[in-house]
Amino acid sequence: MRDRAVELLLLAAGLVAVFTTLAIVAILLIESSAFFEHVSIVEFLTGTMWTPLFADARYGILPLVAGTLTTTIVALLVAVPLGTLIAIYLSEFAPSRLRETVKPILELLGAVPTVVYGYFALTMVTPALQWLMPDLPGFNMLSAGLVIGLMIVPYVSSLSEDAMRAVPRYMREGSYAMGATRLQTALHVVVPGAFSGLAAAFILGISRAVGETMVVAIAAGMQPNFTFDPTQPAATITAYIVQVSLGDLPHGSVGYQSIFAAGLVLMIMTLVFNVIGFSLTRRFREAY
Amino acid sequence: MMDSSTMARAQLPPQVGERSGEEHSLRNDQPVPAGTPERGESPKISVTVGDTRKVRTLEVKAAVENLSFYYGQHRALKNLTIPIADKQVTALIGPSGCGKSTFLRCFNRMHDLQPDTRYEGSITLHPDNLNLVGEHVDPIEVRMRIGMVFQKPNPFPKSVFENVAYGLRLRGVRNRATLAEEVEKALRGAALWDEVKDRLQDSALALSGGQMQRLCIARALATTPEILLFDEPTSALDPIATAKIEELISTLRDQVTVLIVTHNMQQAARVSDYTAFMYLGELIEFDEAAKIFTNPGKKATEDYITGRYG
Repeated sequence: MRDRAVELLLLAAGLVAVFTTLAIVAILLIESSAFFEHVSIVEFLTGTMWTPLFADARYGILPLVAGTLTTTIVALLVAVPLGTLIAIYLSEFAPSRLRETVKPILELLGAVPTVVYGYFALTMVTPALQWLMPDLPGFNMLSAGLVIGLMIVPYVSSLSEDAMRAVPRYMREGSYAMGATRLQTALHVVVPGAFSGLAAAFILGISRAVGETMVVAIAAGMQPNFTFDPTQPAATITAYIVQVSLGDLPHGSVGYQSIFAAGLVLMIMTLVFNVIGFSLTRRFREAY
Repeated sequence: MMDSSTMARAQLPPQVGERSGEEHSLRNDQPVPAGTPERGESPKISVTVGDTRKVRTLEVKAAVENLSFYYGQHRALKNLTIPIADKQVTALIGPSGCGKSTFLRCFNRMHDLQPDTRYEGSITLHPDNLNLVGEHVDPIEVRMRIGMVFQKPNPFPKSVFENVAYGLRLRGVRNRATLAEEVEKALRGAALWDEVKDRLQDSALALSGGQMQRLCIARALATTPEILLFDEPTSALDPIATAKIEELISTLRDQVTVLIVTHNMQQAARVSDYTAFMYLGELIEFDEAAKIFTNPGKKATEDYITGRYG
């Protein structure tokens, strides 16, 4: 009897998460369908102008998608190599005392509010980049992408390190016994052995970068701009959503409804990455 | 004729039917003279062949002298002195925790991967008199010359081919034809070629347990090690796979010096030429396998092999 009650309680807890997800999907679909009564899907998906605030409003999502992808790619170019190197160091080289000290500190970086990272990008990284590239605009995707990359390094390195540590010791010993150095063992045995975990870590990093809002809203300029050039200012999907919800557009207008369509696109992008990550994880899972 | 040194160093003249078991079994307390033989002069060990008590001399591949090993303050191996005969199978037996695996792992310096470990004494590899546990000897160099097969088959998450080529690549072999040739040779040497020749590019993790273990043997053989260490190589395998591995170890005798740790006394009796019985980090008895298993010199050895403990 009590078992049954506990079971129901746990089921209810699980259903909260499922119900929330379903509710979000439902709201996105309902509000976007209202939006698509005014704007054709073809124009939405192929248009290269996103100007909901102008008198001649245009709703082509591509500039926002381009901005999102560009900042994400810049972020990954920072986070994947850096996160992997940190993970290799912590897992294969660092003495255990050092690892136990450094890892929590690294994970603490993930607890810094993103708005702090945003102003870090705007007031520290951008001026530093302008010193190297004098023509760089004050708002640009490069600076925002670099900082997002730094921001997700702790996630990538922490998960990657877990994956590498899960590679059994006897596998490493086999490599050492062949005469391999620590670096050779790390690169040729541990990394391939941990590949599914590494893929999961990278995908989580991508999801974080795609969904990141504050850094891009503060440092990338909030100007929808169809370009993949990271030195240009641009808006991402999330930056646009936050801009509209700050009150630039009246509630119930087509422009307001557009944020739901944009949110739907964002959700589909994240979903695609997750599916890719899931299939990679399954394909390369090593049964030891 | 023979100086005061241990049998590990002394060259015995071939004598027929005159030797007692006492004479050629090594004891821990025997003094070991200082100094090592000149390069190229390997010490010899005598061996009795079959029932005829015919004695022949064998070269010693590695002379273990007064070897002690410490985990921190704990002395896990106590003053071991054992000659490892060239191109013979030497088995290490003893109850769990007696230090036989610890001893085996001294030969390829696996303990160096753990912090706070220390060797004392020497393992002299002949013919060039390299002290495997010497303080200034690079463990990587040692591992390049000594191969190892582990308790649990541990192929790398790579293809069958790349597993066997791994050691060759580490040693700088780039030529594809050479790699292919050496990989085939090693797989044939490990009696695995016929089973995997059509699936060299498949993942090694798709093989059966016994095949994986033979792959690990091939991986070690590919680099032509001078000594091949086996750490309970069949304890994770079924009887049929075990029989194949044992048969393989017997054939390897001609190419390489084999040192095998085993829990299974029948296995030690089947595959080894020499057997060392260890207990609590000490060497209790070392002798020809035939003698250890039929007429052990020590009560403790007899109790162990007859199953009274262990």
